Amino acid sequence: MAVHELNAEGLNCPLPILKAKKTIKGMASGDTLNIRSTDPGSVADFAAFCTHTGNELVSSSQDGDVYKFEIKKA
Amino acid sequence: MPDDATDNAKSMSIIVTKGSLDWAYPPFILGTTAAAMDMKVTMFFTFYGLPLLKKKLNMKFTPLGNPAMEMPMFGGHMAMPNIMSVLPGVGGAAGKMMKNLMAKKGVASIEDLREASIDLDIRMIACQMTLDLFEYSTDDMIDGIELGGAATYMEVAAKSDINLFI
Repeated sequence: MAVHELNAEGLNCPLPILKAKKTIKGMASGDTLNIRSTDPGSVADFAAFCTHTGNELVSSSQDGDVYKFEIKKA
Repeated sequence: MPDDATDNAKSMSIIVTKGSLDWAYPPFILGTTAAAMDMKVTMFFTFYGLPLLKKKLNMKFTPLGNPAMEMPMFGGHMAMPNIMSVLPGVGGAAGKMMKNLMAKKGVASIEDLREASIDLDIRMIACQMTLDLFEYSTDDMIDGIELGGAATYMEVAAKSDINLFI
């Protein structure tokens, strides 16, 4: 299972979601995407995105000003 | 339809009626986000929303008639008295200020969001009546759009889970 990286730092709503979707589209089922974002709104947004799309939000954490998300493609 | 959307995917339609810089954001933000969440999205561009489909976008922004608008300035916020907005150049300056602010804050441009809409296979319908009324040509419009009228929209809206008028 491949691991993909996405740096969405400095981007505002809805760009982190749009870029994540674009990356996930090119991934295989079971692959993981690690995202870095500085948009505080992305915490709630990635949770909602995963709930609706069925992709798994493996982890959501904060490291200083950076929010980190790990999403596993369904 | 997004390639991984299923037959029971949710759907949304948006009637886009306004084409100024500030009003162009809500339909494109919600449309692209819904499509990114595997929803089937249709946007119907009518009246002043129709120019948002032009190849070359030239969106204006004015604080006129929007007394609630405050811009961050000198560490606080500043509203512009309506009387100021009618002065020559003030509207243009406010538009530039807004675009600079958006770029600084990492907010996508409308051009980028429209590009994303196309990538996400959002169905975009231009209102035929508005096209005739304001004498636009489809040659002025981006590729990949459809032409239609109220009935075309209603057929989509009747089976959509979410219908917005913006």
